[in-house]
Amino acid sequence: MNAPVIWIIFPAALALLLMLTQNKRLLSLSGGAIAALLAVAAQFVPMEEAFRIGSMSIRIESSLSILGRQLIIQPSEGPLLALLYGAAALWFFGAEASQSAPKFVPLGFLINALMIASIAVEPFLYAALFIEMVVLLSIPLVTSLYSPPGKGVTRFLIYQTLAMPFILLSGWLLAGVEASPGNLTLAAQSATVLGLGFAFLLSIFPLYHWMPMLLEEAPPFAAGFLLWILPTATLVFGAGFMDRYSWLRNSPELTVVLRSAGLLMLATGGVWAAFQNHLGRIMAYGVIAETGFALLSLSLDLRLGIPIFFLLFPARALGLTIWSLALNIIKAHVPSLRYSQVRGALRKFPFAVAGMVLASLSTSGLPLLAGFPPRLALWDSLARASSDAALWVGVGALGLFTASFRMLAVTSMSDEYSGWEVGENWLQAIMLGLGVIGLFILGVFPQTVQYFLAALPSMFEHLGH
Amino acid sequence: MTAFLSSVALLLLAATSVSILLTRNWRWLSIFLAVQYVGVFLLALQHLPLSMATVKVIAGWMGAAILAMTRSNDDKTEERGDLLPQGGFFHLTAAGIVGLIAFTAAPQVDALMGGAGEAVSAGSMLLIGMGLLHLGVTDEPMRVTVGLMTVLAGFEALYAAVENSVLVAALLAVINLGLALSGAYLMTAARLAEELSAEESTEAA
Repeated sequence: MNAPVIWIIFPAALALLLMLTQNKRLLSLSGGAIAALLAVAAQFVPMEEAFRIGSMSIRIESSLSILGRQLIIQPSEGPLLALLYGAAALWFFGAEASQSAPKFVPLGFLINALMIASIAVEPFLYAALFIEMVVLLSIPLVTSLYSPPGKGVTRFLIYQTLAMPFILLSGWLLAGVEASPGNLTLAAQSATVLGLGFAFLLSIFPLYHWMPMLLEEAPPFAAGFLLWILPTATLVFGAGFMDRYSWLRNSPELTVVLRSAGLLMLATGGVWAAFQNHLGRIMAYGVIAETGFALLSLSLDLRLGIPIFFLLFPARALGLTIWSLALNIIKAHVPSLRYSQVRGALRKFPFAVAGMVLASLSTSGLPLLAGFPPRLALWDSLARASSDAALWVGVGALGLFTASFRMLAVTSMSDEYSGWEVGENWLQAIMLGLGVIGLFILGVFPQTVQYFLAALPSMFEHLGH
Repeated sequence: MTAFLSSVALLLLAATSVSILLTRNWRWLSIFLAVQYVGVFLLALQHLPLSMATVKVIAGWMGAAILAMTRSNDDKTEERGDLLPQGGFFHLTAAGIVGLIAFTAAPQVDALMGGAGEAVSAGSMLLIGMGLLHLGVTDEPMRVTVGLMTVLAGFEALYAAVENSVLVAALLAVINLGLALSGAYLMTAARLAEELSAEESTEAA
């Protein structure tokens, strides 16, 4: 038995099999159940240690050799796999409610498997190639064969593809810097190339304008999945760079760059969100602000920053699942997600609108919701390091709050005599209801996820210790 | 490789990349793209064994064929095959500037890339620059795909000088094919949507 076979090759093969299935409910349930099973196995089944099942003795090896290179899943990466497959299970179960299962589940499995391959591949900078494959697989996910591809999809493809050459080149240059650490010119050149690569990959300001466009054009559930998994895996990949290169990790300029980029993302994402008149675009700016929070956590003292960095992940996954499911449900019944078209939607789709508003409030950092504990910890730590930076976080959060309350105001504006209906079906209502309960549980009892998150920093050799 | 072959490769890349930028006819676009990969093959051959360099040209040809076959299904929007179409002078001037920058920057890139060779550096920079220029002037799915393939072709020629892993070559070939398939998907989506909207307007009339 081999860990890359179990968590990369098996899900990829399964995805190909699932493409043959047309039964939406079966796809969603089987996909969700298998992803959940893989998550549980990643968390609890030991790697590189023999264990017994009945009379059989099993040992799961951590590496697999392919074409002279290796895929390695370290035992310390188990919780990360559990997080990725656990969140994927949420998305797959939600796929039936969002009525996007036929394409979503098989492609979602493939994308998840490739993202894990990007974390597992050695040399690790080859991850850029796997991320590019994910980008290419995402194209059929976010477009339909019967609607013309918009500019958002095209720009998404261009920007994400341009990231790959920069990352690969920077990897080669960084090796040169390690060989001759005194060569400051080479260090500056490699840092610039690396920065450009991550600016494209993470869609750092001003390279994020495809996100709002994409959420105007694409099904929100599929786009939401993409906007969850791509930045999450890319951030882990980026943290891996910091872990491996001591000169990068110890560089004071890196802190400044990460903090500036994070604040730009958060402040512009928040402020732009406040002025939008389209529910999808607001979600896109929420995602941009989320990436800003993650970058800010990496700019802190990493003993504090890395636990906050991982604490942001579950809230992001759950919040985005609910937000995009809610938008998908609303979009199925209205011509567009513009404010003019969704006025009074609260009385027609109470569960969806409540889910959407609560998810956006969680992203803003409202107390009692999932986003609050990591944001509080982040804001507190940041304020100790720089009060100016903390002020800008406040500006971003204020923008996000304004956007949330504007959404609530618009969707609750309706004629005085219009009655209440429930436009969602029972499955959609249950999924949204459970998701909202999850938001509150993560907000009120953040320690519930500590069991999974506590071991995550150990996947890095130097960060967070 | 002799200096003569390097010069042939550079000339081929300059001619095909400018032609890709200028032509409005999809058949010529596909042909120029396929020929461009011959130039990439000649550059890659300086640092890679024949078998690995061949992978690049075959993947590129397959990508060009995928795009051409998809485009050939769309017989309704036939393009005019003017020699120098509208905006051609602007494109030509921009291509000249890109070429100038590529050839000027080649020695610095060569130094940075640990002696990739000036021909490889110049050819790669030219392809990357022309691809980026192409991406900047169009948003048609086929042309965007060709622009991205051109950028990646330039990068591959340069990266071959520093990395000769079989896995990387295989993954880059998969990415090239995937890019062409994504482009084909977007082209098909645009065509089907157009047909659907035409049918709807006919029914409405």
